[in-house]
This record gives sequence, C-alpha cells and structure tokens, in this order.
Amino acid sequence: MPNLKDLKTRIDSVKSTRKITQAMQMVAAAKLRRAEEAAGAARPYAEQFHAVMAGLAGSVGEGGPKLLAGTGSDQTHLLVVMTSERGLCGGFNTNIVKLAKAKAEELKAAGKTVKFLTVGKKGREQLRREYADDLLGHVDLSEVKNIGYTNAQDVASDVLARFDGGEFDVATIFYSKFESVISQVPTATQIIPASFEEAEGDAASTVFDYEPGEEEILRELLPRGVATQIFSALLENGASEQGARMSAMDNATRNAGDMIEKLTIQFNRTRQAVITNELIEIISGAEAL
Amino acid sequence: MADTMQFDLVSPERKLASGQAVSVLIPGADGDLTAMPDHAPVVTTLRPGILVVEMEGETQEFAVTGGFAQVTAEGATVLADEALPKAEVATELLEDRISAATAARDGAEGAALDDAAKRLADLEALRDALA
Repeated sequence: MPNLKDLKTRIDSVKSTRKITQAMQMVAAAKLRRAEEAAGAARPYAEQFHAVMAGLAGSVGEGGPKLLAGTGSDQTHLLVVMTSERGLCGGFNTNIVKLAKAKAEELKAAGKTVKFLTVGKKGREQLRREYADDLLGHVDLSEVKNIGYTNAQDVASDVLARFDGGEFDVATIFYSKFESVISQVPTATQIIPASFEEAEGDAASTVFDYEPGEEEILRELLPRGVATQIFSALLENGASEQGARMSAMDNATRNAGDMIEKLTIQFNRTRQAVITNELIEIISGAEAL
Repeated sequence: MADTMQFDLVSPERKLASGQAVSVLIPGADGDLTAMPDHAPVVTTLRPGILVVEMEGETQEFAVTGGFAQVTAEGATVLADEALPKAEVATELLEDRISAATAARDGAEGAALDDAAKRLADLEALRDALA
C-alpha cells in the first residue's frame, strides 16, 4: 500500500507542475497576441510587394535573372526548415520536420541532391539524426526576442550567397502557417526561383515605366522578395509556435488536473484505510482485555 | 482629373501611412519625382532620403533608407526597407546604417563600389538633411 507521505508529495509536485503549465499557457497567449499583431502588420507590405512583382515578372517574361528564371536545372534542392528555438509546443516542430523529411525523401527518390539549412534549434536537432551530412548551415535566432526584418534579411543573405555560389538550384522554405490556436498548417513554399502568380485584372496589363531600368529593378527586388517571404514565414511561424504552445500547455494543465483528482482520491482512500486499521486494532485490543 | 489619389507607405514591419494624398515627393534612385493624381505608371527604386506627402490638408515627412515605389494613375505605393516619421528618426540608427554602408563600400570593388559609395553619400545627405 502506498505510503501516505509519498502520495502527499506526489500531489504537491503535480500541483506545482500544473501551476507552471498554467503560467506558460498564459505567457503563450500574451505572446501569441503580439505575434499575430506583428504578422498582421507585415501583411500589407507582403501583399503590395507581391502585386508589384507579379506585374514586373509578367512583363519580363523569359530570360530574366536567375532568381526568377532559375538556373536551368533542378538537380540540387535546398530545404530551409524553420522551427522554433524552444520546445514544449506540442507537435509544432515535429510537423514541420515531418513535411520537410517527406519532401526530402521524395526528391532523393527522384535522384536529386538535397541540402538543408535550418533556422531554429529544434528542427536542427531532429534533422541531425538522419541527415547529418546534408546540413549546410544553421541560423540561430535564440537570442532574438522580437523577430525583425533584419533577422529575415540575415537568413536571406545567407541563402542568396549560397545561391550565387552555385550551391543549389531550387530553394524551398518550410514553416507553419497560422490558422488558429488549434490549427497550424505545415507549409512548403518555393522561394527560388521565385514564382509570382499573375495578378488578376488590370494591374498586370498596365505598362509601367521603370526607373532605372527593368533589369536593375528586378535585380534589386528579387533578393528583397526572398527576404520578404522569409520574413512573413518567420512571423507566421512565431504565431504558430505560440498557438501550438498554448494548446499544448492547456492540455498539460488539464491532464495535471485529472491526475491531481485521481491522486487525491487514492490519498483519501488510503487515509481511510489507515484509520479503519487503527480502529480495528484499538477495538480488538480493548476486547482482549 | 481627380484631386487626390490613394497613398500607402508600408515597411516590412508595419504600415506607416495610408490615405488620400494630393502629392507625394519620392526620393527615387535616379532623382526625386513628385507623384500626383493621374501620374504615368512608374516603378522606381528609392535612395535614402526624405519622402514628403501632402495628405488631408497637412504635410507629412518620412525618412526612408531604401526600397521601391509604384505609381499609377490611381495611387502611389511606397514599399520602404525602413521608414520612420521624420520626427522619430534616431540619429544612432542612421549612424548605424552609415557605418554599415562605409564598411560595405570599403569591401566593394568595381560596379558594386559605385553603388555602395552612392548609398553612403545618400545616407550622409539624409543625415545632414535631418540635422
């Protein structure tokens, strides 16, 4: 029979665990709100950028810069896997990594070379087990509190330098799209060569003057487009991470509650058994006299 | 002719201004240009400089460090790399950019050197304009 003191200790420890998970849930909720705001604030830029690029890309057509037209080969793929720096957020990181792995296997089966660039510690840890030789590099964001555009630019310049160095032909980013607190969708987006869907309506048909020239503008804007896409992916990821953590911690808090309830019942039963035992001893002792 | 046009100034991190503007002075890479309603469609890159918007009866000024702008007959959209209302610009931030640009210039050569030197000169001009 479990000792009463042991039970009491266990109940206390589960109670303090519940306090921690509850606090984490509330912190995640507050951070989520901020992350969502940041993602919302970045959206107008991304949308406008996309609209301009769609028009521009449409008017250039074939034979544009490599970032747009590709290198003419799709032999080497770079998978940029963006995950969080911290754990305790449910299946958030695993889901992103799983999607990246599936893509990697598919490409490998087709005879392509796959390389990884990881952003965020958690994804790196998971990928290192299987693809240790294919990990090109890692971007550490653990010191960054609020993700800014400069962080995205750092990641982008890393990716672009490797592209210019001929290390890969196609780049795809993996991140989690934030839909709601309970639903974050792992997503893959190809960033190099860039693909812009034609804007519908008259925006695409307007003939623009380009200053300095079309080529120069494209050369300036395409790298920026990579940074912009990475930036919005990072922000989406940030919101998703907090959302995932919030629901994971909510579950944990609830589980802790269930456990406390069960342990308390066991504690009470045991205590009752001890009392009954003592009574029996006293009564049989009295009868023996 | 319409009196006003839609004007948006956005940076990657936030939307700084949006509304009906009468005119927008854009610091283009090849020279300033003023966009007014029914302007011919133009896409231009920006140099570091000051953007002046005449909007809703008042004049607003923003410092931008680069980016690009799209002007159509109906409106002007400025997508800045970094933008701040002129009053909020911190000198340290600008000094930061200037030292980064100086480092970039010292490391560059050929055509890139010209670009880097131009950027540095533009940034210094912006600092002087703000001082």
